[in-house]
Amino acid sequence: MEETTRGNMTFKEKMHWFWYDVKMSKTYYLFLLPYALVFITFLVLPVIISIFFSFTYYNIFEPPKFIGLDNYTNLLLGDDIFLKAVTNTLLMALITGPIGYIMAFVFAWFIHGLPRLLRAFAVLIFYAPTLSGSVFLVWLLIFSGDQYGYANAILRSLGLNTGQPIYFLTNPDYMMPIILVVILWMSLGAGFLSFVAGLQTVDRSQYEAGYIDGVRNRWQELWFITLPNMKGMLLFGAVMSITQSFAVGDITTALCGFPSTDYAVHTIINHLVDYGTLRFDMGYASAIATLLFLIMVLCNRYIQKAIGRIGK
Amino acid sequence: MLILFGAFFAYPLVFAINNAFKPLNEIFLFPPRLFVQQPTMNNFRDLFTIMSRERITFSRYIFNTAFITAVGTFGHIIIASMGAYVLSKYTFPGSRLFFKAVIVTLMFSVHVTAIPNFLIMNQLGWVDTYAAVIIPAFAMPIGFFLLKQFMDTVPMTLIEAAKIDGAKEFLIFWSIVMPTVKPAWLTVMVFSVQNLWNARASNFIFSEELKTLPYALQQIQAGGVQRAGVGAAVTLFIMVVPLVVFISAQSNIIETMASSGIKE
Repeated sequence: MEETTRGNMTFKEKMHWFWYDVKMSKTYYLFLLPYALVFITFLVLPVIISIFFSFTYYNIFEPPKFIGLDNYTNLLLGDDIFLKAVTNTLLMALITGPIGYIMAFVFAWFIHGLPRLLRAFAVLIFYAPTLSGSVFLVWLLIFSGDQYGYANAILRSLGLNTGQPIYFLTNPDYMMPIILVVILWMSLGAGFLSFVAGLQTVDRSQYEAGYIDGVRNRWQELWFITLPNMKGMLLFGAVMSITQSFAVGDITTALCGFPSTDYAVHTIINHLVDYGTLRFDMGYASAIATLLFLIMVLCNRYIQKAIGRIGK
Repeated sequence: MLILFGAFFAYPLVFAINNAFKPLNEIFLFPPRLFVQQPTMNNFRDLFTIMSRERITFSRYIFNTAFITAVGTFGHIIIASMGAYVLSKYTFPGSRLFFKAVIVTLMFSVHVTAIPNFLIMNQLGWVDTYAAVIIPAFAMPIGFFLLKQFMDTVPMTLIEAAKIDGAKEFLIFWSIVMPTVKPAWLTVMVFSVQNLWNARASNFIFSEELKTLPYALQQIQAGGVQRAGVGAAVTLFIMVVPLVVFISAQSNIIETMASSGIKE
């Protein structure tokens, strides 16, 4: 039954053993069945449906009409707003992804040095924005465009702005930076918790062994001992931060409205929601979803490779 | 520096808590102040008087969200643990592929699957029912992932010993594995509660009497200036539940996340 002996089998024999294995594993399949059922129905099937509809024109009321690559060519060549959305999304992802990721690690690293009780408190404080889903709405009050907005009030009381209050959330000059700050504020999620836990699992004796092998300072310690020991957590954190930094949509709608002024913070998700739930062009929306998914998977591949090089 | 950043992260929360207890004249005080001067319960009282006059009372929204959260979380933990257990302890045709698929779906956001999911719900006849929110929540990939990774740390000898004693697979799972991986499912509970308690679910639910708490909050906030106090009260109310669940499970979370690494 070992893999090596199976190497010499003919195809027919292999199939025979494959079915034998399947039959022997009946109990295991039964255990997995309930989860597999919901997983396939609500996560795998939607992707397949999405890819299928992306080649059609479909408005829910009439049956889908096959139109080949039209949705994709329209998206990439004819839709200026989509290109704007891609630019915005990439900008957000490139800034908040790496910064949020590094920030999560650095904070976890600092917190690691704290005494136990204080550590628990610090974890709670940093994780709190993620925990309480809609609290980011308080940023609405902070950056409100009238004098009751806290940011405007502070500028005024410091004498920095004596004229009209600034329309932070409707003036394209300010919208993007504010959105970036709010995304970063919410970026310490499951990845951060994973880092905090990961740092605690690194064996103390490894550090001692490291000093004998010539590790000289904290940076070398971090690069040669801590990080390689946490590769799995780093990968997990990366997957989480890709998801977060590419899937921005609710925040921009809540803070800057939909559509935002001059589409200044319009994201791929916003564009998807626009076509999917307002214009009922499901084919087009599916093409957007498929492209976003592709971008995320490619990005994940690349990061996996990068993390594989740590400590070498 | 940590304190400085900590303040930045905590500020909006402190702000939300304070606002909930501010009388209306303090919310609109100019220049605004962060800390409440004369704390009052008025906002909470107003909330219940306003909402009990509506056709759908506030308690109904609370019930909806609590029900969805409880059933969704419980169901997810049971079926995901069962699947994670066999995937972690045995190798069988398709098992590796399945787990790889789960890792890929960690990257999905709700929006990417929203449209096809609506079509699927429609086919199943689940639109405008609790099931439309609860059943897909059973599939939460991060929960399955964390359970499986944590179960990897449970020694196989524990299971083999029980087998020699003649225990059936389900009995082993229920009375040996589940108690051992308690930190893992407590953690998954936190993530699931956090997801479902904050779910607006406005894509799938249209009847007013089935709508959720975050949805009610959105409508109160749309009421503008005169509802600002009530809005602050609801914001705090929604925030408190995931916060309490997190605090009570925190040490388990750290223990679980220690096995959260993705192996290459």
